[in-house]
Amino acid sequence: MNFLNTFLFIVLPYISLAVFLTGTLYRYKNAKYSYTSLSSQFLENKKLFWGSQAFHWGIVFLFFGHLVGFLFPKTVIAFNNQPVRIMIIEGAAFIAGLLTLFGILVLIIRRLTDARLRKVTTKMDWTIEGILLLEIVLGIFIALSYRWGSSWFASVLSPYLKSIFTLNPQIQAINAAPLMLKLHIAGFFLLLILIPFSRLGHLLLYPIRYAWRPYQRVIWYSNRKKILK
Amino acid sequence: MVFHLDKCIGCHTCSIACKNIWTDRKGAEYMWWNNVETKPGTGYPNKWENQEIYKGGWEKNKKSVSLKGTGKSKGLGNIFHNPYLPKIDDYYEPFTYRYANLTNSPEGDDQPTARPVSQITGKNMDIKMGPNWDDDLSGSHDFAQQDINLESLSQAEKEAMFQLEQMAFFYLPRICNHCLNPACVAACPSGAIYKRGEDGIVLINQEKCRAWRMCVTACPYKKAYFNWNTGKSEKCILCYPRLEAGHAPACMHSCVGRIRYLGVILYDADKIEEVAGSSEANLIDRQKEMLLDPFDEEVIKQARKNGIADSTIEAAQKSPVYKWVKEWNMALPLHAEYRTLPMLFYVPPLLPVMASLSNQDNQQQEKIHEKGKQWNVEWIYDTSTDDLWSSIRQVRFPVKYLASLFGAGDERKITQIIEKLMAVRIYRRWKTVGDITETKADKTLEKAGLTRELADNIYRLTTLAPFEERFVIPPAHREEAVEMMKDTGVHKGSVGFKI
Repeated sequence: MNFLNTFLFIVLPYISLAVFLTGTLYRYKNAKYSYTSLSSQFLENKKLFWGSQAFHWGIVFLFFGHLVGFLFPKTVIAFNNQPVRIMIIEGAAFIAGLLTLFGILVLIIRRLTDARLRKVTTKMDWTIEGILLLEIVLGIFIALSYRWGSSWFASVLSPYLKSIFTLNPQIQAINAAPLMLKLHIAGFFLLLILIPFSRLGHLLLYPIRYAWRPYQRVIWYSNRKKILK
Repeated sequence: MVFHLDKCIGCHTCSIACKNIWTDRKGAEYMWWNNVETKPGTGYPNKWENQEIYKGGWEKNKKSVSLKGTGKSKGLGNIFHNPYLPKIDDYYEPFTYRYANLTNSPEGDDQPTARPVSQITGKNMDIKMGPNWDDDLSGSHDFAQQDINLESLSQAEKEAMFQLEQMAFFYLPRICNHCLNPACVAACPSGAIYKRGEDGIVLINQEKCRAWRMCVTACPYKKAYFNWNTGKSEKCILCYPRLEAGHAPACMHSCVGRIRYLGVILYDADKIEEVAGSSEANLIDRQKEMLLDPFDEEVIKQARKNGIADSTIEAAQKSPVYKWVKEWNMALPLHAEYRTLPMLFYVPPLLPVMASLSNQDNQQQEKIHEKGKQWNVEWIYDTSTDDLWSSIRQVRFPVKYLASLFGAGDERKITQIIEKLMAVRIYRRWKTVGDITETKADKTLEKAGLTRELADNIYRLTTLAPFEERFVIPPAHREEAVEMMKDTGVHKGSVGFKI
């Protein structure tokens, strides 16, 4: 058991971070073409509305929730010192969890039932959807079974994650954690490994620069700067 | 670019030339970067002109223009699901046939058949829709009568138009307009789409496209297509590898009716934003104002200063497009009201408009329903030149309809051109057949604002112009472009003679 814990929470995180970083950068440099969200809206539109909107907005909310808990644990704990606040955060997160679950279920059913979509669905897509479904279900059950996760995430998990990044992994807290939580964490690192090898890469490429670039783009092949100087 | 619609015979050779070179690939089967539509008709994809559905193009705002269905807030907000994206079924589900069945089937009592199969799923399918499903007005109820350009007509006019004896149509070949104010470029969140400075071709960088699919919505002409297999958008590239080698684009090169003209136009890019935001009545005129006279010393000086090669300026002076659009004022952009400032101009069709039941054929005349007769008012310019052209009074195509396509609603824009087209015909009739008097011919020319010399030039470019007069393509100066690419080895074999 100890060996497994060491593997899952010390070895796996480092492997996954290494693979994620080198993989995405290598891919961006050498196989830029492969980065695409591979949208299937063109082939199926109606179910996608419910599935994609619910899933994406839900998971974006949850992702940033986890991120805030990890980066600012003290702030979260301080914020949570009033029951009303904790209820609001947890309630919102739980609703987001259900939304995400609803979304991924619609997306999975959609891919299973539509003949056109099956043609554009790869084994990797199924793997990702499976892991995501598991992660979401586990997350919901953890929220239900081990109350006020926003607080204990900040006090227990945040230090663990920080210890990984400071190259001084401390897994005592994880060793004592319930199985569901362990699986949830291991699942995250697994997804991280898969990002460079799958369509998940698109989540790194949300085109935020669009917000401040001018609308029109003209590219000259001749050396304009030299000419107009 | 200019397409002379009077000369289009609707043979679809352009579409096939394009398809064979560029879109005969998985995921691109449904794409027709070049397609030919029958008008009236709903086109491809179905009802593409209806921006209430597709939200393409720009709309006027207080300052200038803003994107209708896309743009920064809508583009980034609707990224998970674009509510205005056309579906594959709005185009058609691509299909092929099991041809091998015809030769491989075992002997039996029945003839072997080649069943249609979907090119997406590979399964048997019933074909419900195809490219040019409405060709030559087939299925008028479902297609032609749904044409949004008919909205400006009265109910009686519409009914009359679809009376069997009155029916008329013309062809509308369409490619990417390579607009001056391209909505697809502006809508692309990844910044993958750009306009090439040198020749104005609008291209999608396949390496940067991330399938956010906003360009498909943004292009009001629906000329950006989504490849469902590669997850990348694609569009007409104006055969730039051919252009760079001095060849005309495949669609233009192969055109049987020789309706297409390609040439350089110098324009004032600083005015784009202002012109795109001008009032609907002025849009076309303002756009034409932007196009500069290549013989003007000041223009030449400034162009040189901006690094435009002398060969390009020379080509601009010989440009057939400049003649049609500016000098003769005979070509108009398609749906200028979308405010993308399209650079493909159309000479509106004269023949289907003017061709009518001949006066001699009284039997046919009598068959016209009351409603049809009601429609026989003078919708179009009456040249008043005796019997030969008196059938103008029985025009079959409301000018209002053409104005909705090419004039941003302004009928005068169309009639001016029809006048010129007619005048040239009358003038040529006097010259070659001689059953019209010289004074009459000259009078008509004068009325249309033409001189004999101009008419001769128009006649020449319309009918006689050889290849190099229809396509004036300057050298691409690849040597400069190649320098920019630094590592030429990377691009070896990817452009040039191979294509």
